[in-house]
Amino acid sequence: MRAVRKSSTIRADEYNGMIKKEAEGRCMFSWLRLSFGIAVLFSLLIPAFSWAHGIAGKRFFPTTFQVDDPFISDEFSILINHIKQSGDEPNKLTAIDIDYSKRILPNFGLEFHEAYLHLDSNGDGSANGWDNLGVGAKWQFLTNAEHETILSIGTDIDIGGTGAHQVSESFSTISPTLFFGKGLGDLPESVNFLRPFAITGAIGPSFPTRSKNVTVNHDTGETDTEHNSTTLTWAFSLQYSLMYLQSFVKDIGLGVPFNRMIVVVEFPMQTNLSRDNKGQTTGSVNPGVVWAGKFMELGIAAEIPINSKSGENVGVLGLIHLFIDDLFPKSIGRPLFQ
Amino acid sequence: MQILRLRAAVVFFFLWSFLVLPGVSQGHAFPDHSDPKVGSTVSGSPADVRIWFDGDLEPVFSTIAVQDSGGKRVDKGNGRVNPSTPALLEVSLPRLPAGTYRVIWNVVARDGHRTTGDYTFAIK
Repeated sequence: MRAVRKSSTIRADEYNGMIKKEAEGRCMFSWLRLSFGIAVLFSLLIPAFSWAHGIAGKRFFPTTFQVDDPFISDEFSILINHIKQSGDEPNKLTAIDIDYSKRILPNFGLEFHEAYLHLDSNGDGSANGWDNLGVGAKWQFLTNAEHETILSIGTDIDIGGTGAHQVSESFSTISPTLFFGKGLGDLPESVNFLRPFAITGAIGPSFPTRSKNVTVNHDTGETDTEHNSTTLTWAFSLQYSLMYLQSFVKDIGLGVPFNRMIVVVEFPMQTNLSRDNKGQTTGSVNPGVVWAGKFMELGIAAEIPINSKSGENVGVLGLIHLFIDDLFPKSIGRPLFQ
Repeated sequence: MQILRLRAAVVFFFLWSFLVLPGVSQGHAFPDHSDPKVGSTVSGSPADVRIWFDGDLEPVFSTIAVQDSGGKRVDKGNGRVNPSTPALLEVSLPRLPAGTYRVIWNVVARDGHRTTGDYTFAIK
């Protein structure tokens, strides 16, 4: 659970700095990853009870690409992000985000996320490795069926030092976030064709646990200070559900697979709140489409940077998302406690 | 090595998910199509309203009702899941005058997930 998936926040300059770091053979916190695996396995073995995912009244909110869901559910997703970075040191970045969330109570759950990063620096070698392990908790405190509204709060912690040194930060980041989802199905019938619209979003700060990194050049004795910024994440998605149109507004004769599609445009943004570069905003506009089946979602989107600081090339996002609560409704897809 | 572990984990999860367990699950039930169609205008009063879902329904917990524009219930009160087609929810109608009618449904899929919805159709 995090407001904006990490792959969207990696810029070329940051990543090129990472690749220069001396690699260490093994991650000193590999036990955390092992614990994550055991936790997932444990949660898969415990039976609980089944509840709905991402639904408020008639509205089904799909999982989207880089803007986190406003709801908590049992789900597993893989997001593949590929983008070509320009600049002095051009490269190609491929990130594979893996997210798993598990409800402990019907409206409260935990989420674990990891990302495998691969950077190909055009003939200058490549860097691979796992990013830091992320752990979050989310409480869906309001679900209003009549007004198709969901509100949640959560906190996510990217645990510094748990990833490969070449590609991850040595400090942690704490991100408390407010999530929201609102369908427009309660609009009057005079504007019927606006009723399939919905908006979801997330807003909250991200605090680094260390304000700066100081490195010493052993040859020259010079020090280099890099400030770790506090940022404000503000991300939202605009959705038009053909499912909703077809089922609740007007059957316009859409066939398979269009009758289960949702057109999505995401706007994942981050604004710097720290002294250096205060007010600078990075982000992208991600137009795409999601197909929601009974047990899984598939999605594809473009990732268009909003300014040169965010990148100069258009990336591609691919989503594979499994509804664990639908796949395993009588066992692992249920909350641990009612 | 890490790539191999990732691939192995992903392959294992997908094999497990799609080859072993989906056969016993049902998922949420969403409407596939209906008669009269959602948002349509029909000539003459239909004999019944029927909604086909994309999964089987629990008969005991699934309901359907039809209301006129004033909110008064006008169906015959015999809404049911069709015994021979468990994904079909239906209710009979008396002869209705021209007007706009709202169909309200509430279903529980075989896995216990509840979904609700409504739509209108008109008789001219």
